[in-house]
Amino acid sequence: MTTVQDRSAMPQEREPNPALSDPDRPIGYGRVQRKEDPRFIRGRGRYLDDIVLPGMLHGAILRSPVAHARLVSVDTTEALAHPKVRAVVTGKDLEGLNLAWAPTLSADVQAVLATDKVRFQGQEVAFVVADDRYAARDALELIDVEYEDLPPVVDARRALDPGAPVIRDDKEGQTDNHVFDWEAGDAAATDAVFARADVVVSEEVVYPRVHPAPMETCGAIADYEPVEGRLTLYETSQAPHAHRTLFAMVAGIPEHKIRVISPDIGGGFGNKVGIYPGYILAVVGSIVTGRPVKWVEDRSENLMSTSFARDYIMRGEVAATREGKILAVRTTVLADHGAFNATAQPTKYPAGFFSIFTGSYDLEAAHCSVTGVYTNKAPGGVAYACSFRVTEAVYLVERMVDVLAAELAMDPAELRLKNFIRPEQFPYRNKTGWEYDSGDYEPAMRMAMDRIGYADLRREQAERRDRGELMGIGVSFFTETVGAGPRKHMDIVGLGMADGAEVRVHPTGKAVVRLSVQTQGQGHETTFAQILAEELGIPPEDIDVVHGDTDNTPFGLGTYGSRSTPVSGGAVALAARKVKDKARLIAAAMLETRPEDLEWEKGRWFVAGDPTVGKTIAEIALGAHGTVALPEGVDGNLDAEVTYDPPNLTFPFGAYICVVDVDPGTGKVHVRRFVAVDDCGTRINPMIVEGQIHGGLADGVGMALMEFIGFDEQGNCLGGSFMDYLIPTAVEVPDWETGYTVTPSPHHPIGAKGIGESATVGSPPAVVNAVVDALAPFGIRHMDMPCTPARVWAAMQGRPTPPV
Amino acid sequence: MQVPAPFDYVRATSVAEALQLLERHGEEARLIAGGHSLLPMMKLRLARPDWIIDINDLDELRHVTVDGGLLRVGALTRHADLLDSEEVGRLFPIVHDAERVIADPVVRNRGTIGGSLAQADPAEDLTTVCDVLRAEVVVAGPAGERTVPMAEFHRGPYETACGQNELLVEVRFPVRAGQGSAYEKVERRVGDWAVAAAGAAVVLADDGTIAEAAVGLTALGLEGLATDAAAALVGQRPGEEAFAAAGRLAAEASAPVEDGRGPVDYKRHLADELTRRVMRTAVARAGALTAVPGG
Ligand SMILES: Cc1cc2nc3c(=O)[nH]c(=O)nc-3n(C[C@H](O)[C@H](O)[C@H](O)COP(=O)(O)OP(=O)(O)OC[C@H]3O[C@@H](n4cnc5c(N)ncnc54)[C@H](O)[C@@H]3O)c2cc1C
Repeated sequence: MTTVQDRSAMPQEREPNPALSDPDRPIGYGRVQRKEDPRFIRGRGRYLDDIVLPGMLHGAILRSPVAHARLVSVDTTEALAHPKVRAVVTGKDLEGLNLAWAPTLSADVQAVLATDKVRFQGQEVAFVVADDRYAARDALELIDVEYEDLPPVVDARRALDPGAPVIRDDKEGQTDNHVFDWEAGDAAATDAVFARADVVVSEEVVYPRVHPAPMETCGAIADYEPVEGRLTLYETSQAPHAHRTLFAMVAGIPEHKIRVISPDIGGGFGNKVGIYPGYILAVVGSIVTGRPVKWVEDRSENLMSTSFARDYIMRGEVAATREGKILAVRTTVLADHGAFNATAQPTKYPAGFFSIFTGSYDLEAAHCSVTGVYTNKAPGGVAYACSFRVTEAVYLVERMVDVLAAELAMDPAELRLKNFIRPEQFPYRNKTGWEYDSGDYEPAMRMAMDRIGYADLRREQAERRDRGELMGIGVSFFTETVGAGPRKHMDIVGLGMADGAEVRVHPTGKAVVRLSVQTQGQGHETTFAQILAEELGIPPEDIDVVHGDTDNTPFGLGTYGSRSTPVSGGAVALAARKVKDKARLIAAAMLETRPEDLEWEKGRWFVAGDPTVGKTIAEIALGAHGTVALPEGVDGNLDAEVTYDPPNLTFPFGAYICVVDVDPGTGKVHVRRFVAVDDCGTRINPMIVEGQIHGGLADGVGMALMEFIGFDEQGNCLGGSFMDYLIPTAVEVPDWETGYTVTPSPHHPIGAKGIGESATVGSPPAVVNAVVDALAPFGIRHMDMPCTPARVWAAMQGRPTPPV
Repeated sequence: MQVPAPFDYVRATSVAEALQLLERHGEEARLIAGGHSLLPMMKLRLARPDWIIDINDLDELRHVTVDGGLLRVGALTRHADLLDSEEVGRLFPIVHDAERVIADPVVRNRGTIGGSLAQADPAEDLTTVCDVLRAEVVVAGPAGERTVPMAEFHRGPYETACGQNELLVEVRFPVRAGQGSAYEKVERRVGDWAVAAAGAAVVLADDGTIAEAAVGLTALGLEGLATDAAAALVGQRPGEEAFAAAGRLAAEASAPVEDGRGPVDYKRHLADELTRRVMRTAVARAGALTAVPGG
């Protein structure tokens, strides 16, 4: 693995003060080895399926084999007669409990078990609880369901046709498949700019349906204790607190009697944000049988029925001068939301933060309008590391800038450099209302071009083209908006998007920090310990990070949209500062001096003018819990709690360049090189930052080249196994070459911006731009993902087709 | 976790016992070798045998030996064993070409040549390799052993000459002096089944013309060899013109179907493209092998 940046040459990366600590074991920011890794590497992680409770039963879900049908009857007699079956639950049974439908995260409802119709292939129809997983699965085959087929709506483009079958006839007043219309920007101003522009380019750009496909599938164990009426729910959840509140609202169990535990999570990527019918069914199963019930979906269930991602059909248009000044961007989007609108977006943002499609450019005007439709496909739409539709927005604008470069016969890197928002323009208000907090784009772009040897590559490309070889260079420059949100603007089902942290320094100076956010592999146990370490001077190894248990952590909305460090990270820093302030008062009492006379160095308050006289945090902690006479109004602990409501989002950015070679005889794409220069502001643990980038880049190559959930005309899912839904391996990805610049967020307590999704957002356009660039000799300006050999070959024949 | 339907399991200790068990448990019994085709089908409940007869203890079926002008490969030989054998790579480079692109190391460590040929998946690679090398398959049954040429053994997708009460015990490849061979596959991703693949073997005459040729296609709807393509090559001087003609005829002989891996026109194009490529490589390799070992 190559790291472009020589670490010693990077003054921006905050290295620890060698006087204070060993550089390999920084007390604060730096390359601390992940605290959670010993347990994962030694197989001591504890995932949901590792948990076995006494007397636990197992659930399995019968799913619809068809995309759209009326449910005529469900006969469970034979299944109930199976000797190992303890319960069979149908939609009718749930109706009796008022649980057949559950609210989604987007003000819609979703069937827990079908009662009237099935609306996508894989929809939940019945639930069996049995002594073991095998018996539960066997009994599914004993349930006799009669379906009466209905015509399905598969192509989102046909969903609003006058005669289209109405999928959601359960909703009163719903007479078509329309979900929402939403717009941002100024349509009239944008049209005016387009009308006078020298050059307008336009293209239909499809971001196909893909799936987060975490290594661990989704699951739950419900343990309902009837005497006290307590529910303990183990779940694969990225948002345990939000889930608890929603369960309280839906299931009618009081919130204080519900405990949600999210154990180690084997990848989320947004897939584990929502509440799936299976979770609710596990609870029902436990209530019905009086025993704990485990339900874990299999791979096909995960791919076919849980939250997909993307599925945006975008018409993009760019207006520019002949000299290459980009004036305006306009887009209309058709968003496929599947059978239920279950996308997880802040309430006021039904298309997420798609309105960041103005990218990194200084525009005169911009406008987008998004229409959401129902189709007979699985619901969802949040997922896959997209920071609320920023992925689609970045892909659109970065693809369209390349289309413009082709039209103007300009170099795509030069065209970007010419149009960047300039550093002095920050904070920059874009034409759809976002305030970009900070940015300095040109150095990042120049660094990426230097690292990859951009000019030399263009020369090599020209030579290869003369020989009939297909080499492509793809550039993308992204700006994200992450860290939702200010809670006055952003909520999910009414819960404001703030997050909390609670810090306690124990009497011996060790500490615990409790978080409302939930790691799924991002390394929170290390990063958050480092934030506290940097603030208080307690070594990270002396800090325990607790998360994933609603009984032991403060309330908050959880981890997705790259929000953990921007939101809970801010909370940890502020809570630490409260502790530090309190420590000063206690230290002053201990030193019999005035707080104003004390100065701070990492880990210690000392007397100004006499540095030898001071108290370390550990000494102060012991003092606080000991017998020191505390000043008035100071209680005897070193604890603090903060719920952080960010004043604005943060805006990470980056410059990515990808080099591909395409086999002209087979259409096969080989990714030769990939340089990623990222700017996420303050880099808390550069190693974890790079890990996040590596993973995201692999995601991006996967989406660009192979990942795709397709459907046939009957609405059968064609991506229901890893034989059909391809994810990349080490063989398909190059050695990542990473670099960075540091432009801290001015409003964030530690200047950190979030890195979890940057690479997933930024890399697909770089790869596709490279492929399209390779195909330029064929007169191709655009092709849609995934760039599989067959689809690339079709493009070479002059027939690029949208994915179906 | 995907879970199969109930089944019973028994481990055979000899070929004779395996045959008895097949006889005893009848139609609903299946042999299991590497399990990399059978177990996925069972987990998806596409296959539901009542009995699984495990033949993994039959060491007598796991060998790679050269003997009397024949390379003899036991049916239980793993993909990884073939790939590890330098002799196989030297005598039949096509086998290594193919093995390198069959699945991934995890699958290759368990999957067997016998299981591959018996499964006869339309996208399975070794059937084409065996076709092109004119291999013979040894099948053991209640009445003893019989040797079946590959052309008769492979009857079509998922269909072979191996009966329900029979066991594939060995595959035999005739070693030919001066033979060159090659295999090439297009896959969407490493470890994926073929979008399409082609294999070829050639022997050159003293005057440098093509004396013998065999061309086979994988996942392209052609059962057996592309005989017209091979016929067009014989007697020709190897070169782009001859390869192009062979490619065209191979494409004509192909009958691909559209699926997630690609449309018909693309696959037909690959029949042509890959035939030309494997011919180039096979010809370049021809002559490297002059003496037949042990023969
Ligand atoms: C992810 C994945 C990717 C793969 N990719 C490829 C690929 O690209 N190309 C390719 O060619 N293959 C591929 N395979 C298949 C792999 O090569 C299998 O190992 C092979 O097809 C079957 O061999 P096996 O020993 O595992 O057979 P098993 O699964 O054990 O058996 C398969 C069938 O053959 C029968 N059988 C087994 N041995 C005998 C015998 N001695 N006599 C009679 N019948 C027998 C069994 O009863 C069963 O019906 C892939 C498999 C997987 C899981």
